[in-house]
Amino acid sequence: MRLLPAIAIAAILVILPYFFPSAYYYRIGALVFIFALAVVGLNLLMGFAGQVSLGHAGFLGIGAYSVVIGPVYFGLPSWLSLFAGAALSGVIAFLVGRPILRLKGHYLAVATLGFGLLVAIVLTNEAGWTGGPDGLSVPRLTLFGWQVRGSNAWYWITGATLVAGFVLALNLMSSPTGRALQAIHDSEIAALVLGVDVARKKLTVFTISAVYASVAGSYLALFNGHVTPDVAGFLRSIELVAMVVLGGMGSIVGSLVGAAVLVVLPQALTIFHEYEQAMLGLIVMVFMIFLRRGIVPSLAAAFAGWRK
Amino acid sequence: MMILQTDRLSISFGGVRAVDGVNIAVESGQVFSIIGPNGSGKTTLFNLMSGIYIPTDGGIRLAGETVTGVAPDQLSRRGLSRTFQNLQIFSRMSVLENVMVGRHRHERTGIMADLLHLPSVARQNEATREAARAALARVGLAEAADRPASSLAYGALKRLEIARALASEPKLLLLDEPAAGCNPVETQEIDRVIRSIVKDGITVVLVEHDMRLVMNISDRVHVLSSGRTLAEGTPEQVRSNAAVIEVYLGVHGSQEADRAFD
Repeated sequence: MRLLPAIAIAAILVILPYFFPSAYYYRIGALVFIFALAVVGLNLLMGFAGQVSLGHAGFLGIGAYSVVIGPVYFGLPSWLSLFAGAALSGVIAFLVGRPILRLKGHYLAVATLGFGLLVAIVLTNEAGWTGGPDGLSVPRLTLFGWQVRGSNAWYWITGATLVAGFVLALNLMSSPTGRALQAIHDSEIAALVLGVDVARKKLTVFTISAVYASVAGSYLALFNGHVTPDVAGFLRSIELVAMVVLGGMGSIVGSLVGAAVLVVLPQALTIFHEYEQAMLGLIVMVFMIFLRRGIVPSLAAAFAGWRK
Repeated sequence: MMILQTDRLSISFGGVRAVDGVNIAVESGQVFSIIGPNGSGKTTLFNLMSGIYIPTDGGIRLAGETVTGVAPDQLSRRGLSRTFQNLQIFSRMSVLENVMVGRHRHERTGIMADLLHLPSVARQNEATREAARAALARVGLAEAADRPASSLAYGALKRLEIARALASEPKLLLLDEPAAGCNPVETQEIDRVIRSIVKDGITVVLVEHDMRLVMNISDRVHVLSSGRTLAEGTPEQVRSNAAVIEVYLGVHGSQEADRAFD
């Protein structure tokens, strides 16, 4: 069934808190869901359509700053600013995507990288609006007169949004557009002679993935209560790509697994003190060597083989 | 009616004229074959006809309309489809999904409907799946529908590409070496499939090295050599053409030619 992964994830999400020893775990859960949302979007672009982006944190940044600039400078409610940021990210992706999605492979990677750097530099330099390198504090989200506080509330808000993001992504995959995107991944030329408007389809999925990243960025800013240009930095973009590849290219469930591993592991590895980052790198390498197609597709294939 | 015409069609790559002033007129409902030695420009001609290359000189007409420089996806919407010599399978998809992509030009849903999986998308998917199954059945691959495309043998992949092209309901189908690398049984199957396609009123333009297949099935044969037209005619006329025999065998001798063409 098409939506089975989304239903399974929703069930896990609801059950999980019963095993949480402290509120700290809600916080980790919310962070995982926020990153997973951005990763699902990026996976549509990379895993399905086969187009790489090394600048997706740029859209994370646009989303993050929109929930500061909207309320502080224009007096908009935070939730409306989130939607405005998503719309802005979509428009920017559409305009930027038109010229750069003509590029292929490494050339596309470098062009998207440039876009991400550009956003980060603008956020750093336009200090009058963004507070510069020190960033800004983010006004709290208020929904229906209720001010959202506490990791507990954020766990449910981000979890529900993630499930919605899953449903949309799964719908897209089993639609005419989704089939065309997968076809583009395998053979652009064959897709083209079968009537697929390749350039337009690439632009569509790039725009969708930018909106996912933007919403995730807004949540990240609202959840942390503070935002700096690092949110749009190169390392963030690389982290998103690593989550996609680690979880599994083209696997929607893998997006959550990839995000979970790269959010939870650093927390668990603090026992290694100054070697924390080194251990993280080592573990990721081991994962990729033994589960080269990504965690979820590799384990699924192993399980299918074992059942036979 | 002429479904496909080329007018002094030419293309140069860095000074080399890969196709040089080729005039072709394909009558609707025919099997029109293009033959020639390796490097004579057959596949380049196909790439020109399907809009992948833009000609340096000359023009192309599809069903009477000028389509020179029209993009491949637009040509598909005007009823042209093709297969590839070096297979272009969607290897991450199932056999059925491959053919479903062939229905793309008939699918009418918007991106919002697709994201929300509106009832129109569900209906569309069902119609697409049915049409794709029918196309698979025509090439004898109905049983393999749910297998990963990458698991099929070479000969079956050739037929899968034909099914995918057929699913788009073309008026004109370009087949680029459908029997290349196939064993005699598989070639027989390709022969049967092409005949059934023609029976449905689809015009077939064929590039093929298997002379037995070409001579059996073609209404007209066009011979290329070094990008230029060497001869054109019925299979019998081409078979007995001295210039053709010379190019194919490099010797004058009807016995060797007979063997090559039998």
